[in-house]
Amino acid sequence: MSSSLRAPVLRPRKSFGQRLRLDLSRHWALYLLVAPAVAVIAVFSYAPMYGVVIAFKNFRPAFGILDSPWVGLRNFERFFSSYQFTNILTNTLGISLYSIAACFPAPVILALMMNQVRNKGRQRAIQTITYMPHFISVIVVSGMILTFLNVNTGLYGHLMRALGVAQPTDLLASKNLFSTIYVLSDVWQHTGWDSIIYMAALSAIDPSLYEAAKVDGASEWDKILHIEIPALVPTMVILLILRAGGLMNVGFDKVFLLQNGLNLDRSEVISTYVYKVGLINQQYSFSAAVNLFNTVVNFAMLALVNQIARRVGETSLW
Amino acid sequence: MKIQQSRADRAIHALISLALALIVLVTVYPIYFVIIASVSDSSAVANGQVWLYPRELYLEGYKRIFEYGDLWRGYRNTIFYAAGGTALSLLVTISGAYVMSRRECMLNRPLMVYFTIPMFFSGGLIPTYLLISSLGLLNNPLVLILPGCFGIYNMIIARTFFQSSIPGELRDAAFIDGCGECGFFVRIALPLSKAIISVIGLYVAVAIWNDYFSALIYITDREYIPLQLVLREILISNSFDTRSAGGGITNSALEQQRLRDLVKYCVMVVSTLPVICIYPFIQKYFEKGVMIGSIKG
Repeated sequence: MSSSLRAPVLRPRKSFGQRLRLDLSRHWALYLLVAPAVAVIAVFSYAPMYGVVIAFKNFRPAFGILDSPWVGLRNFERFFSSYQFTNILTNTLGISLYSIAACFPAPVILALMMNQVRNKGRQRAIQTITYMPHFISVIVVSGMILTFLNVNTGLYGHLMRALGVAQPTDLLASKNLFSTIYVLSDVWQHTGWDSIIYMAALSAIDPSLYEAAKVDGASEWDKILHIEIPALVPTMVILLILRAGGLMNVGFDKVFLLQNGLNLDRSEVISTYVYKVGLINQQYSFSAAVNLFNTVVNFAMLALVNQIARRVGETSLW
Repeated sequence: MKIQQSRADRAIHALISLALALIVLVTVYPIYFVIIASVSDSSAVANGQVWLYPRELYLEGYKRIFEYGDLWRGYRNTIFYAAGGTALSLLVTISGAYVMSRRECMLNRPLMVYFTIPMFFSGGLIPTYLLISSLGLLNNPLVLILPGCFGIYNMIIARTFFQSSIPGELRDAAFIDGCGECGFFVRIALPLSKAIISVIGLYVAVAIWNDYFSALIYITDREYIPLQLVLREILISNSFDTRSAGGGITNSALEQQRLRDLVKYCVMVVSTLPVICIYPFIQKYFEKGVMIGSIKG
């Protein structure tokens, strides 16, 4: 009756359940392969998400998560009205914005400069050297900062004295300089590594653009301005969006390691505060509430910046 | 006009070369200084007499740390964690990524959403801590490798690699020849993916090598603490016991502090050297990882 080509169309459409069963039986081996990943994420990522309910409870270890009494938004109210709230929020945002302002453009500039090096061997050497600090652990970098900046025995002290300053200021004791030390050491450590992605974008530029520019008599500077920077913009936008999503995530590691009694006023950020009230003082519910506030703000920022990027340009995350 | 332009170009090039030379110097000098300070006389370092080359090769610091058992136990632990963690992570991540590269599976998209959500939302420190403690993983070395063994970023990198370099035709041909799904994955897809496996393996190994946070919160038993926590004691808490080894000579407080500073430079070198020495040889793999990761999948 019907041609063999049309036969499948005439067959009644299978229900979702049937198709799923067919898919499972056909791809069972694949589902087996992905099962460990699914399990690990279920246990170590999703189970703690359920645990977030303790932010709305007064968690007592003896009662467990389920049986601890609900307290509504009391933990959040306590955080918002605590005297440390504005301070911690200002520190977190301040360090984060400072860090974006310095660490975001630096790799772009470095990549543009390295791209000007015509000698390939020399270019590789510069790349290898500038990537290197990325692999030093944050503990060792913090240790270096602490020993170098020591006023009496460190490089900084000796350098200042050699320059004729008899009594150099103790940088580590100055709370106002904390964010600068934090940000500049980050620039030192990660600029080279972060430039890789821009180097890749630069090497993907169509050579005919350069030839056309040459014909038009463009200078090196014109080429940077009109060919290379526009080629980097899409990558920059994506990285900036991702960065915005971590606006409230000032990395725990280095802040915690460089904190001392003298700079605590300016160095306490959300992540270190969550750690201290949560694990050291064991105020589990309060700490979880602070953490949840952080997550929500981060996601809101990510969505906001993504929305702006989509309106203004064509590049966006989703 | 033409000459004018090329002169401007030359000026730009000269400026850039100068800036790059400066950047290289600023990058290298701190690392170089740590190395020369670690083999110099500690009082010469403390008095600012060491700038460009070591003074009177002085190996007391290295002698002290070689006798410091905690450091080597930490070292051994970290090597175990890095090796075991990398193997486990590769197993889970690579096989997961391979499945996610097979778009014809019905559950592919839902699974991708399932894996992506934790990138933006997490339970946070305390709920995770409570979970780990209720699983009985506190003070268990497994806690350092198991929770993070499926890296979502790494999975996306590997998935992009599989999609772009294992063509569907290859799979069809293998299936026609009677190869099963598992056989294809193990005998064909994996051998073709050595590059991405080494990239991700290196990422994971370096991350475990440098991690201290998980050990800080979950491990209290000194038997299990990794290298980075031992380093924290020496470098940040300044708590190297100067009398612990080497004859028990009672030094003045000043000398003890100098010895501690010397030991700091030495442990920085000893703990970082393996990574820094191997890295130039495997640099291209790291770069490859960043580049594959930057392709939108």
